[in-house]
Amino acid sequence: MTPDGPTIVEAGRRLREGKTTAVALLESVLDVAQLTEAIVHAYLTIDREGAFASAAFADEELANGRDRGPLHGVPVALKDNMCTRGVETTAASQILGGYLPPYDATVVTRLRQAGAVIVGKTNLDEFAMGSSTENSAYGPTFNPWDVSRVPGGSSGGSAAAVAIGSALGALGSDTGGSIRQPAALTGLVGLKPTYGTVSRYGLIAFASSLDQIGPLTRTVEDAAVLLEAVWGHDPLDATSYDGAYPDPRAEMGRGVDGIRVGVVRELSGEGYEPEVETATANMVDRLAGEGAEVVEVSLPSFEIALSAYYLIAPAEASANLARFDGIRFGLRIPGPTTEALMSATRAEGFGPEVTRRILLGTYGLSAGYYEAFYGQAQKVRAAIRADLARVYTDVDVLVSPTSPTVAFEAGARVADPLAMYLSDICTIPSNLAGDPAVSVPIALDGRGLPIGFQVMAPALGETTLFRVAAEVERLAGFTARPVIDLVAS
Amino acid sequence: MPVDVDIAYVARLARLELSDDELETYRAQLGVILEHAARVQDLEGDPHVEATHTLGLENVFRDDVVTASLSRDEVLAAAPEARDGYFVAPPALET
Repeated sequence: MTPDGPTIVEAGRRLREGKTTAVALLESVLDVAQLTEAIVHAYLTIDREGAFASAAFADEELANGRDRGPLHGVPVALKDNMCTRGVETTAASQILGGYLPPYDATVVTRLRQAGAVIVGKTNLDEFAMGSSTENSAYGPTFNPWDVSRVPGGSSGGSAAAVAIGSALGALGSDTGGSIRQPAALTGLVGLKPTYGTVSRYGLIAFASSLDQIGPLTRTVEDAAVLLEAVWGHDPLDATSYDGAYPDPRAEMGRGVDGIRVGVVRELSGEGYEPEVETATANMVDRLAGEGAEVVEVSLPSFEIALSAYYLIAPAEASANLARFDGIRFGLRIPGPTTEALMSATRAEGFGPEVTRRILLGTYGLSAGYYEAFYGQAQKVRAAIRADLARVYTDVDVLVSPTSPTVAFEAGARVADPLAMYLSDICTIPSNLAGDPAVSVPIALDGRGLPIGFQVMAPALGETTLFRVAAEVERLAGFTARPVIDLVAS
Repeated sequence: MPVDVDIAYVARLARLELSDDELETYRAQLGVILEHAARVQDLEGDPHVEATHTLGLENVFRDDVVTASLSRDEVLAAAPEARDGYFVAPPALET
């Protein structure tokens, strides 16, 4: 089958023209899920009851003239690291199996206020640690474009659901590329907003100075719709930004005439697939053809960004995941003392990648190694920010591939953690800087696998980011959808 | 060269009870990952690290206003074991 469901914006139009209902939209995405879940495994939990109640309520409100805006009645999915009151939230970990949060994350509250219908909770790499969604304790997700391949990660379930049409849009979280890389590998738009603009309240923390929630959608305009619904100041998140927010739509459709585009020299070369490099270069040429001023720029600190990330993120994770101790929630393996109980519970409850990163982070923070590893990584982070500040005096946006490769075969990188970590080499700098970045699908390679193009902007640069992303989308004219063989696997 | 890690010590700090086989696997993997990560020491210059937010937010206190919080029963409902309004845990020290 090939998915033929509407985009968020199309669904909204049909709803208001009386050509469909929220209940009918929900039924159609659930039909897709029914047909495809055994093959792609995008969801960990489908909340049929809650979703039908929301959809029926949305139809009633719309019929009564109460219009909550472009998400009203639209079925969307949430990565399962965002807390949903009374609906199981696991972060794809055994240690949180059966956990029913007593509260909603702020993004969930805001989606409900916008009238969105929450279909369910999507699969991820355990605690969002991974680039393939193979680290889930509840089994991997597969890529709808080729089910022998990974959908990327860690928001791979959200990506697969939107690509196949079992949700019209989804939220993911991006700590080192976990929205943008799966979006690239599944032919979607994936946005990491400026750090601090989307509340992290109720997001199960991985690395608090890097984590940011954002949308995965079929179009740039859909991404703006989801972003506008969830972002904004939240007093429940101490890192939430309380100043003026940019308008992502203000310059959409204005093209790129006069926009200064920097092509990042360090994000090319060895390890990059030739078809990815060619597609990227072609898009850069087309932007130049539309009047963009293209220059090559060098950011030497990007060469060691990955190394810094794999010290900073595990360090923060080792502290954040200390709360999973078998005392207050989740799994408990009994022991004669508190320490024995904690050590047994954590060894049993965390999967190998999470264990590896906790050990890595604990080592990097331990006495005698702190300065050489964590302290030095923070200096690299400062150098990346300084490099970016310098470059952004000369250019408006930076561009690169989103991922050095298209979707890789399931299992190909599982035994080699370092090879898996290299999947994030293009996306990590924006997290370390706190800047917004988006992946837009631009082409299929010779095997029919999607290639993503990354646009990066300085903090709070979403107006220009969406302007350029919309033009990339228009120039690429990417309308392909995956074809899934329902008798496969 | 892979970095030599005292993995048993690190696992104890992290409260992870791992088997000897697991410790050996993680020791080898961390050695390789840290060898790559040690490239942070190649950084030229010595930038000043400020522990600041991307957008320059500074720490402030919220207004001292009483607001609703989760009920004790709701919070304890998620606990593996609770009794009389408390979490239940074994002794912190061996007796």
